[in-house]
Amino acid sequence: MPDLSTQYLGLKLKNPLVASASPLSKKLDSIRRLEDKGISAIVMYSLFEEQIVHESRALDHYLNLGTESYAEALTYFPDLATYNIGPESYLDLIRKAKEVVDIPIIASLNGFTNGGWVDYARRMALAGADALELNIYAITTEQETTSDQFESSYVELVSAIRQQIDIPLAVKLSPFFTALPNLASRLVQAGANGLVLFNRFYQPDLDIDQLEVVPNLELSTSSDLRLPLRWVAILFGRIQADMALSSGVHTSQDALKAMMAGARVACMTSELLKNGLVRIEEMLAEMQQWMEEHEYESIRQMQGSMSQQAVAEPGTFERANYMKALTSFDHRMR
Amino acid sequence: MTRKMITIDANEAVAKVAFKLSEVIAIYPITPSSSMGEFADAWSAINSKNLWGTVPLVVEMQSEGGAAGAVHGAVTAGALSTTFTASQGLLLMIPNMFKIAGELTPTVFHVSARTVATHALSIYGDHSDVMATRSTGFVLLASRSCQEAQDMALISHAASLESRLPFLHFFDGFRTSSEVNKIEQLEDEDLRALISDEKVAAHRARGLSPDHPSLKGTAQNPDVFFQSRETANPYYQACIGIVQATMDKFAKVTGRQYHLFDYAGAPDAERVIIMMGSGAETAEETARHLAEKGEKVGVVTVHLYRPFSVAHLMQALPASVKAIATLDRTKEPGATGEPLYEDVVSAVSQGLADGSTAFKSAPIIVGGRYGLGSKEFTPGMVKGVFDDLKADQPHNHFTIGIKDDVSNSSLPYDPGFSIEDPQTVRCVFFGLGADGTVGANKNSIKIIGEETGNFAQGYFYYDSKKSGSITISFLRFGPKPIHAPYLIGEGDATFVACHQFTFLERLDMLRYAAPGGVFLLNSIHKPEEVWNHLPRQAQQAIIDKGLRFFVIDAYEVAEKTGMGGRVNTIMQTCFFAISGVLPKDDAIAEIKKSIKKTYGKRGEAVVNQNYAAVDSTLENLHEVKVPAKASSQLELRPPVDPAAPDFVRQVLGPMMVFEGDNLPVSAFPVDGTYPTGTTMWEKRNIALEIPVWEPDLCIQCGKCAFVCPHATIRQKVYDPALLQKAPAAFKATDAKFREVPGLKFTIQIAPEDCTGCGLCVEACPAKDKTQVGRKAINMAEQPPLREQERANWEFFLDLPEADRTAFSPTTVKNSQLLQPLFEFSGACSGCGETPYLKLLSQLYGDRMVVANATGCSSIYGGNLPTTPWTVNRQGLGPAWSNSLFEDNAEFGLGMRLTLDKQQEFARELVAALGDKLGKQLVDDLLNTDQSNDAGVLAQRRYVAALKEKLAKMSDPRAAQLASVADTLVRKSVWIVGGDGWAYDIGYGGLDHVLASGRNVNILVLDTEVYSNTGGQASKATPRAAVAKFAANGKGLPKKDLGMIAMAYGYVYVARVAMGANDQHTLKAFLEADAYDGPSLIIAYSHCIAHGIDMRKGLEQQKNAVQSGVWQLFRYNPNLADEGKNPLVIDSREPTIPVEEYAYQETRYRMLLQSNEQRAEALMKSARSDAKKRWELYRQMADIHYQSNQENNDKDH
Repeated sequence: MPDLSTQYLGLKLKNPLVASASPLSKKLDSIRRLEDKGISAIVMYSLFEEQIVHESRALDHYLNLGTESYAEALTYFPDLATYNIGPESYLDLIRKAKEVVDIPIIASLNGFTNGGWVDYARRMALAGADALELNIYAITTEQETTSDQFESSYVELVSAIRQQIDIPLAVKLSPFFTALPNLASRLVQAGANGLVLFNRFYQPDLDIDQLEVVPNLELSTSSDLRLPLRWVAILFGRIQADMALSSGVHTSQDALKAMMAGARVACMTSELLKNGLVRIEEMLAEMQQWMEEHEYESIRQMQGSMSQQAVAEPGTFERANYMKALTSFDHRMR
Repeated sequence: MTRKMITIDANEAVAKVAFKLSEVIAIYPITPSSSMGEFADAWSAINSKNLWGTVPLVVEMQSEGGAAGAVHGAVTAGALSTTFTASQGLLLMIPNMFKIAGELTPTVFHVSARTVATHALSIYGDHSDVMATRSTGFVLLASRSCQEAQDMALISHAASLESRLPFLHFFDGFRTSSEVNKIEQLEDEDLRALISDEKVAAHRARGLSPDHPSLKGTAQNPDVFFQSRETANPYYQACIGIVQATMDKFAKVTGRQYHLFDYAGAPDAERVIIMMGSGAETAEETARHLAEKGEKVGVVTVHLYRPFSVAHLMQALPASVKAIATLDRTKEPGATGEPLYEDVVSAVSQGLADGSTAFKSAPIIVGGRYGLGSKEFTPGMVKGVFDDLKADQPHNHFTIGIKDDVSNSSLPYDPGFSIEDPQTVRCVFFGLGADGTVGANKNSIKIIGEETGNFAQGYFYYDSKKSGSITISFLRFGPKPIHAPYLIGEGDATFVACHQFTFLERLDMLRYAAPGGVFLLNSIHKPEEVWNHLPRQAQQAIIDKGLRFFVIDAYEVAEKTGMGGRVNTIMQTCFFAISGVLPKDDAIAEIKKSIKKTYGKRGEAVVNQNYAAVDSTLENLHEVKVPAKASSQLELRPPVDPAAPDFVRQVLGPMMVFEGDNLPVSAFPVDGTYPTGTTMWEKRNIALEIPVWEPDLCIQCGKCAFVCPHATIRQKVYDPALLQKAPAAFKATDAKFREVPGLKFTIQIAPEDCTGCGLCVEACPAKDKTQVGRKAINMAEQPPLREQERANWEFFLDLPEADRTAFSPTTVKNSQLLQPLFEFSGACSGCGETPYLKLLSQLYGDRMVVANATGCSSIYGGNLPTTPWTVNRQGLGPAWSNSLFEDNAEFGLGMRLTLDKQQEFARELVAALGDKLGKQLVDDLLNTDQSNDAGVLAQRRYVAALKEKLAKMSDPRAAQLASVADTLVRKSVWIVGGDGWAYDIGYGGLDHVLASGRNVNILVLDTEVYSNTGGQASKATPRAAVAKFAANGKGLPKKDLGMIAMAYGYVYVARVAMGANDQHTLKAFLEADAYDGPSLIIAYSHCIAHGIDMRKGLEQQKNAVQSGVWQLFRYNPNLADEGKNPLVIDSREPTIPVEEYAYQETRYRMLLQSNEQRAEALMKSARSDAKKRWELYRQMADIHYQSNQENNDKDH
């Protein structure tokens, strides 16, 4: 029987299927079910620093609204004993998850300020997280900000957090960087043990009937796999960090491709949300079957086997792939 | 034992004791006692325990009558039970009070004494409520300060158990209930020392139980009732001794000795005042002050008022007394004197008769009234009374504190007389409502009281507006205990702060400043420029009084530190820095500690932004070098336009600038009847931004005007020729109304009345196709637009109103051509209730009578100084009245009955005088169809013609008919109130009025909480929402009032939400009025108590409907007659989950944040509620109905 185990961020995992940050990890019960179905590690849902700040300010704002203004209604709400605003409930969930499951729990932090991040990261480590995934969410709209300044702010954040925690650290990136390999290596130098490729940004949509900008977050499909697949393949062997492929993993084949491109793990959410946790069992079985049929002994054997450095023509990941795609498109047009 | 010194208000101090000593607490909100119930509920929600280690059961009832009934039941069954109330609430408890006392059952009612409504409602304090309970048999025990209120709370619980008599413990509403003062806190050991477990057990043992069956509440016949009634006398006789013994025991435990009557002043006093409540403290301090100066004066404070102990009073009074003035904080019209006066006269008479007094000769006894409705009672007034007692014939039945130029009852006094201790620091702060000023000052007082050796006092005054209101904080602190339950007087404040620059333009706040004091101003102008922006009067006061003048741009600091409009911690830091009450670093550390304590649980971000504000303050605080001369050209703005009617200028104007105290009795109407249409004269200018109309984009749909809560955005169509005289900036476009072509159209904003809520912008559907962020209405800064738009508004008002017969009001756009007769109320900015009232006033204002339940709508609808119901050009408009909270449906029904009866009489007389009036006129008068505006207008003409004829007739019936002729014009009776009234306290009456079949229209402005008293749960509160009295989230679903009303089958019922479907709302209003029978409209009213961005209120209404939480429907019994199902569901099957609606609101969200598990469980049930309700309504709407004809056919 082929060996599905892998190693990611120094953690020994029984297989390469990892649950990426999603609502699935919001409840202890579903965390337990993920483990039962065979997932090898869980990246917790993201703790959004921005959201915490917003919640805190919003609560304060609305509890104050209209108060001490009119003699009969000095306040409008009872003063409740506590509010779970801030990271406490998240940290508590990490602690509880560590008690009820054996697989690694990777905390996920989505933030934007140096101060807040660092503190939250430290507290997550103290709560028992096996590793930390930083989900750096930033879109610069300032004309004055250069790409170097922007990328450097990422590096500085990683560096600051590295100094605070001893647990492994992964950085989840967006694909929208001009010189990704350079950034990737700078992040690794700053202390990242792993890179997660890629983040799926919230992308607003336009409602043309109401003439409004509306939030929209669609689940991925297998076609979304190709972007991270390419970059994992390119970065494999170039940076000293484990890579996790995230976005577009829906089938056992997607997961195998991720491995061959050079990922240590394949992270998934959309497929599980769409078709249920049973897909974990099914995909693991299919992977095993495929490996048996193709006489692979282990996942490790295939990891990076189709990376840019490993293929016969490395250029195909750069220019040739583009040419090939165009050619086939021309062919279809005929 | 060392006890903690704490700085709290009396309500909290009393509630702490009552909670500790009770098992069952029945509550109901009423100002100013509500917070006692809120504390009890909140403590119960977090499982705080009573003295015996169990969590008291706190239950909210449907009214105070219900609360008293529940307490009666609880004590009958043997529980330790209490309740809290005031004013009308106490009156509703009276029937049960007689019962509880008659059955010798211990309990304590804690009452923050408040005025009973007479010619007007007053939320403020006096003893008229308590005095109304004198005959109930309850023991009446009075406190006069925060410390005493706490202490007497314990004494009353202990003595009640000892004596078996129920106690009413009272203290002055607001003045004591809400004054923050430094007191020594009672510990559990103190409570244990006073409360006898043996008596508790005895009380329990007397409890009704089938294990030792007994029977209470018999009905007795003439043979035995009287004797039975006399059996309790020994208990009342014993009670006097028990109370004093309890006070003595209390003194042994705590060191504070009270007596039934406490005397203070000169031991050889010749002139004595006898009184109770907070005023007694003022009187006592004044008497001590005068006695030190050699005056032979003293004060007797009455603690135990019932049972009244003649012997103890005689013992308390010095033998030297020659003249006594009793002061009553109540009025008993027609009596030979007020209650305390009567008691003292009687007591002295008895004392003289039985020789128990040491008086050398019978003293002169006079009585007077003071302090009604929280009228100030000051040392100057006390001295005025003492001075009058010097006369050979002192005035009797006098008043003090007002100028009574009608009955000439008032005594003169010196308002400048002051007994303030020079070591006491006195500060007055003017804040903008909700800017945090009051909260910060409460914190400051706590810091000073608890972190320094100083004693401290804080009292807070609010005007009656719910938006843009002014708050005034009065703070005292110093090394000596502060017994000064009155405001800081003119020229007495060592520190005056103005937290809102614009107040300076209209208020003479520096009249409070003492010479050599400090003036701190939150200034939008730089330190070097600010002087020139001050009104001349302010400059002169600063110079004349030699004030040190400090400024800070707190708004800028707040903006930079993320505090928004909250300048509280910034101004607080300035206060500490300038006052020097603590070393700078200590002060900042204490402020931060207080911030952490106040805001810590709301999250670090909030704490940090407050810290940042504190840290940025001092560098922005500047002292201004005061020039030698006043140079300003600016004068204080007059409160009202000189063109306003005399009454508005002379009476309402002074009230607007806090000078109503100076108005004499003769200034006021004798019966509480006031002119309508007065808000138009109070230009408040509270909006930072106002809407601006873009004619090129406007589609003239009327939605902006429809939703405007303050009637400050209006539309008109008019003859283009009228534009010739328009101001240059006046905007107009071609009207798009098919009814009358060729007209011009304008949407105009009232710049000085708009509150800037932005609902109009949210409602506007027209967007610029090249820039969708630009709508046909957009917000822009008010100050640059003010003058221009003021001129436009005046021109707009002069344009003729639309011809009501030409435009059918059946569409939203047409309805908004009708003149609103409800305008510029003081409701919250963005209020969800007032748009409905405005719509009513547009549709039926000229023929509408309104019965308005007490609540938000009676406050913004009828609170002085100015009121929003107004008149049209013909002088017609809504006639409005408020009776009570609980009786509004009946009140409105009474109006309907009068109109119906008088109309019937008028019709009889018209018929009887037919020959003389002429057949045509009689026919017109009796048969005109008045179902639309045209018919009503025609009928008015016929009635005018009738009156003309009647005036010339000598038949005595003609005069009779003339007096009721107006009722021949159809009148629309609207019964208006909130959910607290309709679902709870007034439900019984509402149900009966619905059942009556009479043609009344009931509008329930459903905010799903008691909004006016600060957001307590009602039966309209939905499941999963947090409210006061439902601190753990309401566990049960909202009562379906609509369903209950539909059950009658002959009541028109509609549930509407204007933000979800404005046309539906309009239709329901039209149908309700047209229906010849009772109608009930339940209107979703978004509310500040929901914890929402009020600008998004309409969107929330839409979400409520889309989630199925608020189904829209109409139930029209007329349809059943046509063989149709009377129920029409007007909203679609839910399309969004309930939480998508609910979690936009703090009331739901805060439960999720505080108790996620419970929130999820309740939300699951709430989803199920919505689903079930939808299914039930759908099935009801699907039922096949048969027409009357079909039914008749079947019968045959």
